[in-house]
Amino acid sequence: MAIASRRRSTIGAAVLALLLTTAACGTSGPGETGSEGSSGADLHLWTLQNEGINEVQQAAIDRFNEEHDASLEMTTYVNDPYKSKLQTSIGSPNAPDIFYNWGGGNLEQYVDADQVAPLTEALDENPDVRDAFLPSVLDVGTVDGEVYGVPMQGVQPVSFFYNKDVFAEAGIEEFPATWTEFMDAVDKLKAIDVQPIALAGSQGWTELMYLEYFLDRLGGPEKFQAIVAGEPGAWQDEAVVESMRMVRELVDAGAFGTNYASVNYDNQGSQALLTSGRAAMELMGSWEVTGLNDNFPEFIEAGTLGWADFPAIEGGAGNPDSIVGNPSNFYSVSSQSDDVEAAVEFLMTQMTSDEYVQGMMEVGQVPAIAGLEDQVGEGTFGDFNTYAYEMVRDAPSFTQSWDQALPPDLSQTMLTNIQQVFNGQMTPEEFADAMEQAAQ
Amino acid sequence: MTPARHGSVATAGRPGLVWAAPVLLFFGLFALLPMGAVVYLSLTEYSGIGTPAWLGGDHWARLLDDPIFFDSLWKSAALTALSWLFQTAIALPLGVFIAAPGRSRALLAAIFFMPLLLSGAAIALLWTTLFDPNFGLASVVGPWIGVEDGNFIGSPTLAFYCILLVVSWQFMPFHTLLYQAATRQIPHTLYEAATIDGAGRWRQFRSVTLPQLRDTLITSSVLIVVGSLTYFEVILIITGGGPGTATRILPLHMYLEGFRSFDMGYASALAVVLLALGAALSLLVTRVTGYHRMASQREGL
Repeated sequence: MAIASRRRSTIGAAVLALLLTTAACGTSGPGETGSEGSSGADLHLWTLQNEGINEVQQAAIDRFNEEHDASLEMTTYVNDPYKSKLQTSIGSPNAPDIFYNWGGGNLEQYVDADQVAPLTEALDENPDVRDAFLPSVLDVGTVDGEVYGVPMQGVQPVSFFYNKDVFAEAGIEEFPATWTEFMDAVDKLKAIDVQPIALAGSQGWTELMYLEYFLDRLGGPEKFQAIVAGEPGAWQDEAVVESMRMVRELVDAGAFGTNYASVNYDNQGSQALLTSGRAAMELMGSWEVTGLNDNFPEFIEAGTLGWADFPAIEGGAGNPDSIVGNPSNFYSVSSQSDDVEAAVEFLMTQMTSDEYVQGMMEVGQVPAIAGLEDQVGEGTFGDFNTYAYEMVRDAPSFTQSWDQALPPDLSQTMLTNIQQVFNGQMTPEEFADAMEQAAQ
Repeated sequence: MTPARHGSVATAGRPGLVWAAPVLLFFGLFALLPMGAVVYLSLTEYSGIGTPAWLGGDHWARLLDDPIFFDSLWKSAALTALSWLFQTAIALPLGVFIAAPGRSRALLAAIFFMPLLLSGAAIALLWTTLFDPNFGLASVVGPWIGVEDGNFIGSPTLAFYCILLVVSWQFMPFHTLLYQAATRQIPHTLYEAATIDGAGRWRQFRSVTLPQLRDTLITSSVLIVVGSLTYFEVILIITGGGPGTATRILPLHMYLEGFRSFDMGYASALAVVLLALGAALSLLVTRVTGYHRMASQREGL
């Protein structure tokens, strides 16, 4: 799932674009009103395609249908086409009853359009369900104090992944804990002719992760909260500009080599650098581990992969235990559903059930559920999953990936501008001004 | 081209309007109706959720204020002109070359037509891997031509030419095929006459082959020029319009505004611009070249 949530599924997207005009008039079109929606009992759940996870979801649906004599049906989609499909379906007669979403700004726009049923009341009636979720993750499904989405799969924090052999060769014993040590490590790695950091810079979201961590370490999560809230001047905050300056320092120090802008994540360009030892580390979401295992299994088997927190920045106002990434994905209930009650009931009875949580862990997910310390350590990725689980559990704040938290148009502009800063076409100050203008 | 008019002598014996009904129905349903819808949408605010809200001309005003729009327009124009030049300069001679009989030519033709068999997305994924600066072809070829680190698609200046190369590579076989077929249609008697007049191979190519390929050249040009307004998936997959906005041509700008930013209204305004440009371009090319007169070059044969 992790990779799917990031992978730009461009093929389907390309087809969709050709249908711009037809898709755009989808709401006024005839749709499927005849076949759906008329029989009140039929409920539809939309989610993303992922073999392992889909099986667990289907099992939960089967249990629910049996116990409640309901007929909930699951439909799966690929990432990018799904976003378009959901956007054009919500509010139309073809809207699903339960839908997968990213929380944050993505969910908020549906809430603003009055298309999402609130879940707070149901959660208050089921306190054991409410308290089972990790609070920092449930926060992301919350809009203006009201819960609209519950976490339905694993947490995906961002951290550094490094090649232990290369670090040893460069004489670095432990992954640097502070930024000064980190820059030292960069110099040591360059001294042995290794590119310190692999970066898939042809895709802006990989570069965004640096900005997210810099701002969190320098200014704390409040700085980005101000940006999300659309406060005037939030983008021009000194901490934002300073974060971008640190990006430039890293680039100018040669930490990413010179050709990072041509490297692609989806064809394993950056992973190949890391595993071949031509680069020493990569900043990436937790899906990196399963991704590396799929593409470079011998690297994982050899135990060469290490992982570590993003270093603390001396003098920064942020807590070094704070993290960024994708807290989880969420299920929300459409307010236009024929049977909101049944849809909510599904979420309350299944999302925290032992079978569902256990099933998720078996397919390599780290569920956003409290009290799993002993269980996450089992299986192939036990070590890393324990690390990721404790990291999320103990984090004072978990900032959602900016490209998911911000409205889609602003996040597109942001990704383009970040690329330009990395490529030296825009200064940190110009970035702040351009974003401030775009946000207004 | 135009529907038959009653009473005209020229239309005597021609099929009636009813024969055109299926086509008109299809054209109306799948071309005119969406066109009308997109013009309407360009005047609304629409994120894809709910119903479009009437906005008036704001998107059109924004168009004039959008630096990326003008930049993408300029890039589209450059890509169109350069890919026409590049593709024609190679496809025409190549088509003439493989039109002649010979087994080795046929083999060469078969190999050369391969890209035509691949889908655009497959081509783009293939080239993305070739362009990898560390492990792909770019890392080998780069040092030969002065790009030491293989940074092609990541360079704001080179990325555009990479796209030009891939797009041309993709469509050139088709145009070669057009020229090959057209060359084979040229009556042999013309070459015999030219030989008797003492024309050499170069002179035959210039004075017989080229003039006879005139209509094909026009067809191929119209296809390249109008087709270049739809170049899209290859760029989306290889560079996503980047680095920055270096390869963001107009159709891609429309897609990103519509399906990434979910600003369907503004994307529709861009779509209308594309529509108008495509229609104007194809009209212009056929007018300028006199193609619409359906003149023949075979008089006297």
